[in-house]
Amino acid sequence: MLASGTCGFAEEINDFYDVSQVGGIFLKGTTLRNRDGNEYPRMAETASGMLNAVGLQNKGVDYFIETTYPKIKDYNTPLIVNVNGSTVEEYIELTEKINELDKIPAIELNISCPNVKEGGMAFGITCPGAEAVTREVRRVYDKTLIVKLSPNVTDVSEIAKAVEGQGADSVSLVNTFLGMAIDSATRKPLLSTITGGLSGPAIKPIALRMVWQVAQAVKIPVIGIGGIINTADAIEFLLAGASAVQVGTGLFKDPFIPLEIIEGMKKYLEEHRLNNITDLIGGLQM
Amino acid sequence: MGKKAVGDFTVISNRKLNQSNFLLKLAAPGPLPDISPGQFVNVDIKNAKEIFLRRPFSVFEVDYSNNTLSLIVKILGRGSKVLTEINEGDKISLIYPLGKSFTIPSANEKILAVGGGSGVAPLLFLAKESKLKTDNVDIILGARSAEDHIQVDEYKKFANLHFTTEDGTLGAKGFVTHHPVFREKLNAYDKVYACGPDAMMKAVAKEAKAAGVFCEVSLENLMACGFGVCLCCIEPTQHGNKCVCTDGPVFNINDLKWQI
Repeated sequence: MLASGTCGFAEEINDFYDVSQVGGIFLKGTTLRNRDGNEYPRMAETASGMLNAVGLQNKGVDYFIETTYPKIKDYNTPLIVNVNGSTVEEYIELTEKINELDKIPAIELNISCPNVKEGGMAFGITCPGAEAVTREVRRVYDKTLIVKLSPNVTDVSEIAKAVEGQGADSVSLVNTFLGMAIDSATRKPLLSTITGGLSGPAIKPIALRMVWQVAQAVKIPVIGIGGIINTADAIEFLLAGASAVQVGTGLFKDPFIPLEIIEGMKKYLEEHRLNNITDLIGGLQM
Repeated sequence: MGKKAVGDFTVISNRKLNQSNFLLKLAAPGPLPDISPGQFVNVDIKNAKEIFLRRPFSVFEVDYSNNTLSLIVKILGRGSKVLTEINEGDKISLIYPLGKSFTIPSANEKILAVGGGSGVAPLLFLAKESKLKTDNVDIILGARSAEDHIQVDEYKKFANLHFTTEDGTLGAKGFVTHHPVFREKLNAYDKVYACGPDAMMKAVAKEAKAAGVFCEVSLENLMACGFGVCLCCIEPTQHGNKCVCTDGPVFNINDLKWQI
């Protein structure tokens, strides 16, 4: 699957290949109203990864429903809206609007964006915050509810258990790690916001550890995200307990990575004489 | 579907032009799609430990009959440095073609293209395509010193070429906007194009705006993806934040929010 914030609204990837070949597309984070996002510069390359401080730039849910949705709704793969709010009420109102869309089978509740001043990660770093927003959204939404977790916490499995307890159908993790980059020559920060979210292969080992911890703590399916750029990475996440994976920042390097992983997984199954990819989930040999 | 591609190109040659510029000629894996002046490719930097993102380069020349394209690579940092160390026969991955192009002039229009530093790269291609429509193509190339001017014979094939250098070793001394062609004849042009350092483009845009002349500039904001999904390379415009990679890199100056 394709991770939110790295595949636009699916059309951008469909410019390269037929997106029906991927397992699902998590659309760019959407808010109730238009957001311009943070000021430039919003990106800094770091060792084996990058920092971003986009700040949820999007045209708002009404624009999505009127303009984007009609163009993408017939793509033959699940389209999941990544839902963001600065208050619980905003999450609810946005979810109710998305609930009306027949071709959106699930939402990913983003309580982990590190680049907005209000809401976002604030909900995702405490159990009461994560519980409150999950509970209220669950009340108004009967389709699949996935909650995207922040890694910027002491114990991510506690947050995962909290949202499971409020009826989440699945958790996806991790969002980006809060990080920072400084230009030693100018002595200035490289991002307009000073801090931003770290992603890419640099975060993979930490994300893998967190997925492993969460998979042991909850019964609902876990979606693994964090620096996945090839088949081996994806399989590692499955072995750690993920039921599915998302490719994120890797798409910037090569939008074909998800297709390569799908092919690579088929080969892996043949080589290891396995019938089904699900045989690998949580199959870490100890 | 299929409007953009990722492909492994083969390095035909990698020629050092001067201290910091290299000319990379690359053979496409299959027939090249239509590419227009101002569009760019995003190049994977192989064999570079820890470098994750691609580097964008303007297309310098396209040869459809041989399915090759050329890039000017100027060493600006670690990524471009590694790229200049590539050898003949090596494969490099490109995402292509990306971005919006310059507006090609109408028949017989008078055009002026102004380039500075690595911003000269897309102007040869622009001149070549423009020459099919008009004989009135002027180019001013600016650089620090005479040895920084590269591939000048190529530009001469398609344009009346003018130079500036900061040290006065070639052409008019000073910046591109100091050249007599620019200072004295600007309002004689139908279209003005600029590519180069921000300060240079803003200086050109300011004069063009004052003269009421159509003017396009090519921006090079930092980008992660190059195809409109990361939203990192944004430029504030009259219509909100736009991606330089997909809504640009070429913008009409009237759409930008530059204080000029």
